Amino acid sequence: MTSALLQLDSVSVAFGGLRAVQDVSLTLPAGTLGALIGPNGAGKTTLFALMSGFLKPDTGRVVFDGRDITGRAPHWNARDGLTRTFQIVQPFAAQTVRDNIAVGAHLHVPQRAAALAEAERVAARVGLGALLDKPAAELTVAGRKRLELARALATRPKLLLLDEVLAGLNPMEVAEMVPVVKDIAGSGITVLMIEHVMQAVMHLAQHVWVLAQGRLIAQGTPAAVTTDPQVIEAYLGHGTAARLQAVSA
Amino acid sequence: MIRDVTGILIFALAVIALTLLLSSGVWLNALMMTLYAALLALAWNLLGGFGGQFSFGHALFFGTGAYASAVAQVTHGINAWAALALAVVAASAAGAFVGALAFRYGLKGSYFALVTLAFAEVFRILAVSAGFTGGGVGMMLPLQESVANLQFGSRKGFVGLALGCVVTALLVTAWLRHSRFGAQLQAVRDNEDAARALGVDPRRTKLAATVVSAALMGAAGAFYLQVFQYIDPAIAFGPHVSVEALVGAIVGGMGTLWGPVLGAVVLHALAESTRNLFGNLPGLNLVIYGSVLVLIVMFMPRGLAGAGRSVRGWWRGGRD
Repeated sequence: MTSALLQLDSVSVAFGGLRAVQDVSLTLPAGTLGALIGPNGAGKTTLFALMSGFLKPDTGRVVFDGRDITGRAPHWNARDGLTRTFQIVQPFAAQTVRDNIAVGAHLHVPQRAAALAEAERVAARVGLGALLDKPAAELTVAGRKRLELARALATRPKLLLLDEVLAGLNPMEVAEMVPVVKDIAGSGITVLMIEHVMQAVMHLAQHVWVLAQGRLIAQGTPAAVTTDPQVIEAYLGHGTAARLQAVSA
Repeated sequence: MIRDVTGILIFALAVIALTLLLSSGVWLNALMMTLYAALLALAWNLLGGFGGQFSFGHALFFGTGAYASAVAQVTHGINAWAALALAVVAASAAGAFVGALAFRYGLKGSYFALVTLAFAEVFRILAVSAGFTGGGVGMMLPLQESVANLQFGSRKGFVGLALGCVVTALLVTAWLRHSRFGAQLQAVRDNEDAARALGVDPRRTKLAATVVSAALMGAAGAFYLQVFQYIDPAIAFGPHVSVEALVGAIVGGMGTLWGPVLGAVVLHALAESTRNLFGNLPGLNLVIYGSVLVLIVMFMPRGLAGAGRSVRGWWRGGRD
């Protein structure tokens, strides 16, 4: 088995009375493309925040690349190669696409000219090459999602946490984006994605974790997970698994 | 970068040429005060325009610089040039202190504005009550005209000193526009969470910007002292300097290189002309000044420089 790049040991966090993430443990081996799925409000984005350091868990441990990073500030994690994108895109709206991506590139490239050159390379890789001089505020939703991805990619991550990069895209845009994600994973970057577009999850992910009401309820290959009765019930309601089985029988 | 530096060089040469041509004391004085206002606006712009942290108490750093220089010269007999350097150091230290406290507790937006305003007031009261500042009476710098004393016989010397400070501030701003630190500072301004995810430490970045901005304000304070040879708590730490700094930058265009200079020139021209035109109706000049200010802020939210860029874009677009 390959070594674990990211490991969570019974991580929990509560917001007042709401236990958003409860006792979640998972191991993400280096070089995998994993997916985290679950119904709305399951705590997926919260789990990403716990992994990347935006939130500190109440209990439990986060281990990245062999080092305990529980509660460490996100900018330190980014320097070690763990970065995330945001579900609600967060562009530096007043700046151009090139300048946006260069902020990510500057993490490891001090010189301005070199960072701008790297931004151009990354932009070409995610299909933003033609829009380099456009202000980020003028991009379409699909463009902003690509920008989000490009900025994170420019930090030269080992692990990329992608929070719904396909959400809000039309089927054609999804079809264009899937190969980009696949190419990133193929280049040796470990990817964990939160995704609702099941077609993409089935197509891309090697391993899937299912989160419901803050708990991890299933994991395995995409095919195994989608037939798991617990998963079906988490999405479609109590008793539906039995009914579906009856229908298909 | 090269374009920015060339622009700054041309600007400096133009000001020098103008200084040599001018002989009237009134005009030289106006030029000097405009440069001084530009320095205040440029200093504020580093933190407010590029860092997005709106300080309402930049007089805090101005006053610290002015008093540091005054105490050094009057009480300790230190040379005026060295005192100028001390003023910059003292103001930077004040910037580090206030910035560290404010950003440690995550103060942003109006909270940051209020805490800087409060700190300026605290420093004003301290200056009134402390012994070494001369209390409410203030401090007088003895007149000893010589270049070594940083007291020039002619206004032209002071114009040169102000120009030196302005050029330094412009060069720092140009560097911000083309450097990693500047990119990270603007990233923090536009979206702090996104910047953190990309490995930027927002607290350190904002703190560094505060220190640089405060250093320039300290230089402005020391300059003021050399010109007027008098400082008291109300001048040093009162709201007037804070407002002049931020209005110049906002009217001219925040986060731009030339906006603060443009803002200082326009505001000074406006203030002078209304005073001359309506001098016989006291107060009317302030009414007009205020109205124009409101109109600019309402209809040019990105300042004069921003409006200029929009017009240029529209003109180019129209010809295509």
